[in-house]
Amino acid sequence: MYVPFELEMPSDLAGALNALSAAGHSKSVALAGGTNLIVDMRAKRERPDRVVGLGKVRELRGMDFGAQRISIGGGTTVSDLLRLPEIAEAAPSLVESARLFAGLMVRNTATVAGNIACGSPAADLVPPLLSLDADVTLASVGGTRTVRLDEYFLDYKRDVRRSDELITRISWPRTPKPSVNTFYKLARRKGDAITVTGVALTLSAADGICTRARIALGAVAPIVFRARAAEALLEGHVPTPALIEAAAAAAAAASSPIDDVRASADYRLHTVEALTRRLVSQAWNALN
Amino acid sequence: MSTERTITLRVNGRDEQASLPTHRTLLEALRGMGHMEVKCGCEKGDCGACAVLVDGMAVDSCLTLAWTVEGADITTVSGLGDLDALHPVQQAFADSGAAQCGFCTPGIIIAAKAIIDEIPDPGEDDIRLGLSGNLCRCTGYTKVFEAVGEAAAALRAERSAR
Repeated sequence: MYVPFELEMPSDLAGALNALSAAGHSKSVALAGGTNLIVDMRAKRERPDRVVGLGKVRELRGMDFGAQRISIGGGTTVSDLLRLPEIAEAAPSLVESARLFAGLMVRNTATVAGNIACGSPAADLVPPLLSLDADVTLASVGGTRTVRLDEYFLDYKRDVRRSDELITRISWPRTPKPSVNTFYKLARRKGDAITVTGVALTLSAADGICTRARIALGAVAPIVFRARAAEALLEGHVPTPALIEAAAAAAAAASSPIDDVRASADYRLHTVEALTRRLVSQAWNALN
Repeated sequence: MSTERTITLRVNGRDEQASLPTHRTLLEALRGMGHMEVKCGCEKGDCGACAVLVDGMAVDSCLTLAWTVEGADITTVSGLGDLDALHPVQQAFADSGAAQCGFCTPGIIIAAKAIIDEIPDPGEDDIRLGLSGNLCRCTGYTKVFEAVGEAAAALRAERSAR
């Protein structure tokens, strides 16, 4: 049922990067939680000839809560996000997304880097991270580079990561105070469900105006993306009901959803608009 | 480099050896070694029938390559307790009648154990989200939720009596 593959279990990051870059293999692939990869290999959508298991690579774990930035290892699991009050305080949208993510056993093994690297438009951790202005650090034997998450995705399941690179860390700046950071997952159920429409929002205020807006939309386009026109309408202004309505319409206008087994494109457009309106209104009310 | 070798898996406290190819999942390995209490459902991480504890953490054994858990402590539902000495979680499921056909029950009991280990006094929301990766197609969730609450209460009582 599988194409035969070698399986390496390096004990540190250098070993993992070496294994991913080694010559003689047409297709090496990193195995983190395996919650997508194993399914894809069983279905022969992925046919690696070498699998590099990351379970023993301690450098990919750990979180740093600095005064300016939060940084988490790529191997941080979805369950790890639910265990620390520091992350709930710094990234409420990410924690809400983690809470409603798949089921317990998948949350225990699925990683933040894996959720980004799978490139799915319905990857639930990505809208919150985009709403927080996250960066990802990519490492290979040749060195490391940092890429803005909003420049990471190119197209459906296509991204800037080379096959010899690993996402080692994800970091984002602390949001200015006061801000509201929130995520709404619309799906058929709260658990074990793939998102129909996901909206993450960060709204910051000062002197009665909206100083900064981040609106990230999931499952309504080939990639998760920021609705920049909607953000621009809000920034520097008082979000009146009319302005919020215009921003919600702009978010829908920027979306290009498809019909699939979970919902129609029309329904997704309707819910992008409704959820953007609702989240921005609630956030603005909470800030005033 | 070989794509098959003999590995040692520590299952329910006993070391067992098997020659396994790299692609063998923990689910396939366990059932191949006779641990038929671990059920094969969706093989996609949706249903939770194959859940086991790996070093105390609930995982879907269908999404875990056997090689990657060599050296870890693997616990199946049979490792929690047996008919002569049921684990309090198993006892609560029996007392509550929290099973219909029973196919999903081994995985649900493993998830329930993991929920209670992390949250000794789980609320309804904790129980529901904790079991969100376990499907029961007899749709008998109500008694399952009750059983998890009762198991948690029994374990708290056991701990305070010590």
